[in-house]
Amino acid sequence: MDLFEYQGKQYFARFDIPVSPGDVGYTVDEAVAAAEMAGYPVVVKAQVQVGGRGKAGGIKLADNADEVRLHAGNIIGMDIKGHHVKRVWVEHASDIKKEYYASYSLDRAAKQHLLMLSAEGGVEIETVAVENPDAIVLLHIDPVDGLSAATARDAAVRAKIDDEAVDGVADMLVKLYRCFTEGDCDLAEINPLILRPDGGVHALDAKVSLDNNAGFRHPEWEEFRATEELDEREQLARTHDLQYIGLDGTVGIIANGAGLAMSTLDVVNQVGGTAANFLDIGGGANADMMAAALGVINFDENVKSIFINIFGGITRGEEVAKGIVEAMGRVELRAPIVIRLDGTNAEEGRAILANAGIPESKLISKPTMLEAARAAVAIANGTN
Amino acid sequence: MAIFVNEHTKVIVQGLTGGQGKYHGLRNQAYGTQVVGGVTPGKGGTDVAIPEGGSIPVFNSVAEAVAATGATASFIAVPPKAASAAILEAAAAGIAFIVCITEGIPAQDEAKVYNTLVRDYPNTRLLGPNCPGIISPGKCNIGITAGEIAQLPTASGPNVGIVSRSGTLTYQALYELKQRGIGVSTCVGIGGDPVPGTNFIDCLREFQADPETHAIIMIGEIGGSAEEEAAEFIKANVTKPMSAYIAGVTAPEGKKMGHAGAITSGGKGTAKGKMDALAAAGVRVGLNPTEAGDLMAEIIKSL
Repeated sequence: MDLFEYQGKQYFARFDIPVSPGDVGYTVDEAVAAAEMAGYPVVVKAQVQVGGRGKAGGIKLADNADEVRLHAGNIIGMDIKGHHVKRVWVEHASDIKKEYYASYSLDRAAKQHLLMLSAEGGVEIETVAVENPDAIVLLHIDPVDGLSAATARDAAVRAKIDDEAVDGVADMLVKLYRCFTEGDCDLAEINPLILRPDGGVHALDAKVSLDNNAGFRHPEWEEFRATEELDEREQLARTHDLQYIGLDGTVGIIANGAGLAMSTLDVVNQVGGTAANFLDIGGGANADMMAAALGVINFDENVKSIFINIFGGITRGEEVAKGIVEAMGRVELRAPIVIRLDGTNAEEGRAILANAGIPESKLISKPTMLEAARAAVAIANGTN
Repeated sequence: MAIFVNEHTKVIVQGLTGGQGKYHGLRNQAYGTQVVGGVTPGKGGTDVAIPEGGSIPVFNSVAEAVAATGATASFIAVPPKAASAAILEAAAAGIAFIVCITEGIPAQDEAKVYNTLVRDYPNTRLLGPNCPGIISPGKCNIGITAGEIAQLPTASGPNVGIVSRSGTLTYQALYELKQRGIGVSTCVGIGGDPVPGTNFIDCLREFQADPETHAIIMIGEIGGSAEEEAAEFIKANVTKPMSAYIAGVTAPEGKKMGHAGAITSGGKGTAKGKMDALAAAGVRVGLNPTEAGDLMAEIIKSL
């Protein structure tokens, strides 16, 4: 789960990482109230999860309430690269002497934590990596050992952080590491991490991505989940605990297992079709989950055919079949189903479907993944 | 021969008294796997009945189970909260091969467990977490694979080894070979999590050394760089013919495709890049699982 900047800063604050005083505003009045609290001058920042906010006019400086009113009025409701701005973060404008970069992530190849630190912050780190790779210090950290204050300080020195900022940055690195590990982040990034003229160091931006698997030990994440930006289809899927990603095509897809679902997308694409979604009903899917999955697919107006691709391991064929029959009895599906059912109890499942009295205009069974994909695509493209 | 497990492997199930552990533990037992015990803290002494007769003893700890049964492998089927501790308990008790099917373990825990194993228990191999397990057809099945979809290997060969990052595609690969009557030496599902205990290279090395494996199918997916690293290894070390399939050619960038590991970002971890790397290493790459099966059938015919 990706956090908005303001949520990231709130999360940072839990780990004593200094951020600028500020607050979030959903309306112009709330933005002004936040500015009064933070103290002028302030920065009004659009809260969207996409880069290039500044260039799009989503970040503005304001010296007084009238200017906050003007800018917040313009920014709230703005569209930035397809992201609708619902709220702004208003914080006290900082004097900046230098901008640095710091982040922690998991290096999957090394199977260790990775600190990236650079004295060249405030720009895209990918750009620095290409143009001046020596300006980035990469430090692997064994998750069992963790990060010591001495190692953090050493990294800061190696990254050529200005002398006056070394202690502040080292302290920040230790705190950010705690946020990354104890806070169960996939990514914790500060860009820019600034040095103020008064010698202080703090986080001017926050990019935090949380590991959904760790949600069980973070009840405080509930408030973040409430603001996650999902389209309507994704919202509906979530209420049924289905792994769903909305796409733009016309073939609705249901498969068991992430790999098989991805593979189903690929095959549909290869035979000339486009997928409307990725939907993994998971291992051990039962009749209820299949019915829910069909409900989600049916919500999507673009869907012209539905391809159900099931290979039973834990998932049992008869359960899948029962779910389909049940769902078809419950809702009027907008598109015909093409199904490929194999694996555990597949024959039993096929028999249930064959004996359910469903006409072939609504349900077609195919023996292989490829044949089923061709049939589903032919229906979706109107070439059947 | 088979890799990692065979007909002599004695297995305990951590979580045998739970829903998943009991269902799959008994299925593994029915397949012919030597399931010699179960472990559930606080439930030691309460045996789990085998439907066909007999029972499997349950112990309070892995150490007790190992002492009583001589088990060398463990099948872990416990919830995410308990999985890390279960893996480390098995390693501390001297278990050499651990299969963990648990899905949803936090990445921080996984990274810690992996590095603890490397440092403190170098002789323990972890398969998974979040994997379907391992099957050496006719000999041993640990995990959730339906045994009947695996074609038995033949004494004279040629037989194929399978290694896969995705659960259902592991079954699909087994099924593709069964349809063509091609025997399988061992099929290993390494799982789709960011920090798998066993990776492609570990399995490829074993398959290369296994005299009963004559060719190898590898099933990868988008995200990370495990397939690219495997391609480098293949180029230098694998002489047995291979076919492969990479899932996620059409996956949009920046969207996690179900598996925690399956995501492409910044042009890295794409299916195209992985397919090119494997092809450059001499692997025949199919555009879908069926094509990978067809390519393997051609390879087998030529052997």
